[in-house]
Amino acid sequence: MTVVAGLDVATIKADFPILNQDRAGSDGKPSRLIYLDSASSSQKPRQVIDAMSSYYENSNANVNRGAYSLAVEATDLLEGARQRIASFIGAPSSNEIIFTKNATEAMNLVARSWGGTNLGPDDAVLITEMEHHANIVPWQILAAEKGFAIRWIPLTEDGQLDLTDLDRLLDGVSLVGVSAMSNVLGTLNPVRRIADAAHAAGAIVLVDAAQLVPHVPTNVVDLGADLLAFTGHKLLGPTGVGVLWGRAELLDSMPPFLGGGDMILDVRKDGFTTNSLPHKFEAGTPPIAEIVGLGAAVDYLSNLGMDAVRAHEVSLTAYAMRTLREVVGEDLVIHGPAEPAARGGVLSMKVGAAHPHDVSQVLDQHGIAVRAGHHCAKPLMRVLGVNATTRASLYIYNDEADVDQLAEALVEARDFFTL
Amino acid sequence: MPGLDDLYREIILDHYRSPRNRGELETPPAAKAEGFNPLCGDEIVVYVATETNNDGDEVVSDIAIGGQGCSISQASASMMSAAVKGKTLTEVANLTSSLKSMMSIEVEGTDAAVDSDVSLGDLQALSGVVKFPVRIKCATLAWNTLAEAVTPTD
Repeated sequence: MTVVAGLDVATIKADFPILNQDRAGSDGKPSRLIYLDSASSSQKPRQVIDAMSSYYENSNANVNRGAYSLAVEATDLLEGARQRIASFIGAPSSNEIIFTKNATEAMNLVARSWGGTNLGPDDAVLITEMEHHANIVPWQILAAEKGFAIRWIPLTEDGQLDLTDLDRLLDGVSLVGVSAMSNVLGTLNPVRRIADAAHAAGAIVLVDAAQLVPHVPTNVVDLGADLLAFTGHKLLGPTGVGVLWGRAELLDSMPPFLGGGDMILDVRKDGFTTNSLPHKFEAGTPPIAEIVGLGAAVDYLSNLGMDAVRAHEVSLTAYAMRTLREVVGEDLVIHGPAEPAARGGVLSMKVGAAHPHDVSQVLDQHGIAVRAGHHCAKPLMRVLGVNATTRASLYIYNDEADVDQLAEALVEARDFFTL
Repeated sequence: MPGLDDLYREIILDHYRSPRNRGELETPPAAKAEGFNPLCGDEIVVYVATETNNDGDEVVSDIAIGGQGCSISQASASMMSAAVKGKTLTEVANLTSSLKSMMSIEVEGTDAAVDSDVSLGDLQALSGVVKFPVRIKCATLAWNTLAEAVTPTD
């Protein structure tokens, strides 16, 4: 049994049916699946899969419509999940939880609704060089229409935000978009410090918390965020559901994003009246089973305790950084902060001269799943001076044995592609 | 699962470790095109110079390859550069079509003049790539970029 800092990983692994399988190796020899790509998408525990099946088998009906008891039951399941998700991130009210398709849609909602109303040629938006494309491209699309400027917070050598010039960069800025935890470097950014400075400069703050919420205890009020986006599928939940949290007062001031059913109180030939929060931003039938699944995912993590989850990941990240360096040696570069406590369990690596695509191919032969590529962060790749990295990302179901096997396979990949 | 040896044949590793025709050509007279693999961020730059031979055909007189990529994309680019030098553009089109059909890619809108049955020589070593579908784009990146470079733009 592997116990790392409070998590019983063997028991956790047993909750994830997909991890209980062998992948065929190159020589036909089966290898246990070692899943190290949770920063892309996490695996799902039995409890989440069961909650979704049970919803379809016992409670399925459209929500917020029917007067019959089955429809009431479906609505209660959805709203119950909304409340548990709200309390999971410390939201003052569950009406501030807007269900979207994913974090990307949540950030596009902010750009279209808030940005479309508040940004013009004299304005500026400040984002960082480590943003995911989802917090870059929506602003670029809107900037092409509205003519505002996009500014970038640069990085230090060790992959932290360089805040030396923050006050100057904030001058005239209306919105700051910042990732709470980098999906490439693992860097945990000082969101509170940036939010305080942004508020002092009269800007609001949109936090991309897609990597934060699954791994680190999160409280939207303590972060100082005005708007915060995350997705379900990196959080043990299903694909197809994400969340935008926003301060109620701010969300109330924003125009609707998508139009349709549910988001209106009244529709006449000469116009419409919007519904109250959260429905104002939830046009059409929502992904009900997915929301129920996300509720179950949040319950699963709450039962483990997010402090224990974070402690496990800091401890395993420290072990991984030490072990990989020892076993692979000098020609392994791990991008991002050197201190495990300053980062999440995201290890973006350069493995000798081997290209990430080739490294990942060799690892796959051992049943090890890692991500090779630019991780939807091409501006960051350019800052790092690489086209791609090999990224291994850790979660609650990973343990030291997984790291040991990764280290061994990395040596094989490095040696195979030595120039 | 097919083994690594199916993918990484010795000749591929040789071209990856000692790439042929790396560099740049002056543009103009040479044409230049850049190719991207949005999946992995790889990029390739193909410089190609052509001249008209005694039969009035356009011939690849020189070629140079820039950019960065995985072993498959780099080896494919290197092998391509060696294979197309001195060939007419019609021969290059035939070779490209032949390679793509080895990769099980249906070549759309191919005109009847293109012969997909020409001998691939060393390029045959790329045949293992077809067993690794995500890598097919790596192998064809250089070829698509070359095609773009030699397509007249006006």
